[in-house]
Amino acid sequence: MTRLFAGLRLALRALMVNKMRSSLTMLGIIIGVGAVIAMIAVGAGAKARIAEQIASMGSNMLIVLSGSSTSGGIRFGTGTVPTLTVDDSKAILNEIPSVKYVAPNVSGVAQVVFGNQNWSTIVNGTAPEILYIRDWPLFSGRNFTQQDIDGATKVCLLGKTVVENLFGGIDPIGQIVRIKKVPFTVIGVLDTKGQSTWGQDQDDVIFVPLTTAQKRLFGMQFPGMVRVIAVQARETELMKETENQIIELLRQRHRLQPKQENDFSVRNLTEAMSSAEESARIMSLLLGAIASISLIVGGIGIMNIMLVSVTERTREIGIRMAVGAKGRDILLQFLIESLVLSLIGGMVGIGIGVAGTFILSSLTQWPTLFSIKAILLAFLFSGSVGVFFGFYPARKASMLNPIEALHYE
Amino acid sequence: MDSLIQVKDLVKVYSLGEVDVIALQGVSLSIDRGEFVAIMGASGSGKSTFMNILGFLDQPTSGQYLLEGINGENLSRDELAEIRNRKIGFVFQGFNLLSRTSALENVELPLIYSGIPRLKRREKAHKAISEVGLEGREHHHPSQLSGGEQQRVAIARALVNQPAILLADEPTGNLDSKTSEEIMGIFQRLNQGIGITIIMITHEPDIASFAKRDILFRDGRIVDDRMNLSPATIAKGRERP
Repeated sequence: MTRLFAGLRLALRALMVNKMRSSLTMLGIIIGVGAVIAMIAVGAGAKARIAEQIASMGSNMLIVLSGSSTSGGIRFGTGTVPTLTVDDSKAILNEIPSVKYVAPNVSGVAQVVFGNQNWSTIVNGTAPEILYIRDWPLFSGRNFTQQDIDGATKVCLLGKTVVENLFGGIDPIGQIVRIKKVPFTVIGVLDTKGQSTWGQDQDDVIFVPLTTAQKRLFGMQFPGMVRVIAVQARETELMKETENQIIELLRQRHRLQPKQENDFSVRNLTEAMSSAEESARIMSLLLGAIASISLIVGGIGIMNIMLVSVTERTREIGIRMAVGAKGRDILLQFLIESLVLSLIGGMVGIGIGVAGTFILSSLTQWPTLFSIKAILLAFLFSGSVGVFFGFYPARKASMLNPIEALHYE
Repeated sequence: MDSLIQVKDLVKVYSLGEVDVIALQGVSLSIDRGEFVAIMGASGSGKSTFMNILGFLDQPTSGQYLLEGINGENLSRDELAEIRNRKIGFVFQGFNLLSRTSALENVELPLIYSGIPRLKRREKAHKAISEVGLEGREHHHPSQLSGGEQQRVAIARALVNQPAILLADEPTGNLDSKTSEEIMGIFQRLNQGIGITIIMITHEPDIASFAKRDILFRDGRIVDDRMNLSPATIAKGRERP
């Protein structure tokens, strides 16, 4: 301990002698660590934004879409034929244990009028569970209930964008809006959700009870038909299994022959998003790797300067050896010196990296995220760069012949 | 008196490429505790090589060297370093002090490598500095000291670990004659006062006359070895305060 402390003081003093040289050497590490910190922050920020978008979409969500149809050789898109029913939705909930919530859904674009204002938006007829599935809290008022579904009551929940466009500062709760000329009572306002991954405004929406939508707004080709069923699985790990079970169940219910194609499709949005997450991860890894290269270049700078320093101080090494310094004493002395160089460089680099990231994110609006773990990691990494690149010069010093070292000019 | 150093048939051969240079060709001698020996000889006579071997800085090609019964043969670099640290004090022609370090810290240096705690180091270093008469200059750096003072710091450094022998390689080579005499006075005082064994290389007969025994090297052999009992030497020693 005494030796280590003495070694530390010795190293600091030796580095103070050549202030300019020491700080230039550190600069390599400073830039390296700063770049690593900034790049990790940018990568983590991108990842966090994607995770946020996944969360805003609803967690563990599967979407069942009604099928495509073929008429006279012309194939129509998904959802063109209403092959799904409310009963399918109930069956999914009741027969598949890993399903937590289901919400059958019909939707369409409709004109909404309040007072002298009007606005065109997407109207969703659905079940109250949709708010749980999409993890969407209410800003004010209440959700509609099963009673509203059963009674097909004319109540609605409004998205923030709709509220802004129809009600200039008036509290919408309890007000009557007309959707396709049908009067609906506003019972709740949804919290702000923001843009979806595709840049769509998720708050430009109205939710009404499914039955009301079917009877009053969009009509029905046959009773109980829906276009979409939103499903929430209990666990992320169960999503694939749930997806397969839904397919199997619906094939049975729709009496499809083994060779027949599905007349519905299941979308696993979380899966799509996690591949986006994966590419963000790879991007941050790549950025980190490039930044690490500059850290390694900084390490080579340390090695270079330490080699110069060993040569310059050959005589000092000889004196130390003559009075009894062992190889490991000399090794430790120079190793501590390069470690101190790299750790001070690391600390300054962290400061520069953090500051640089703030500047970068305020200039470019990129999302950034710091983690203590990444900062610690960069610090430790700079330390190990110091040890790694300091080892060769230190070892060279410790292997000197004391007689030759003493007579070195 | 017991024999401190025993050297038998010491041979040292340096191979410089294809040519072998024989620096020592069969040196035998014995030095007792408390002696003050001057080793003389022209450059290339092998006296420096002999000194390096005595100081465990170098190993002989053949022959035997015992210091207090310790044989340096087959010892590792680290073991040799430890012997140097505990048994030997070096004084060099060029002082060889660490330049950016105070006198006190220079004197402490051997103690750091013996693993002695800081406070104890301070205490011992102060004592060694006062032995060479440099009280009050502990915190001066070598550049702020005269040549004689620097050499005194080096002597204090050599003494601080209470070594068995003090090896001095041309200790007055860089000093004027007055300062040289001062340094020799210190050597005599240490030799007579605390009985430390001193082996000193010099090529100046004046300086050698301060020693009690003169050994002359020529071509890697001892050609003369005699006691130096000239009254002048003893008188010179007593003149010193």
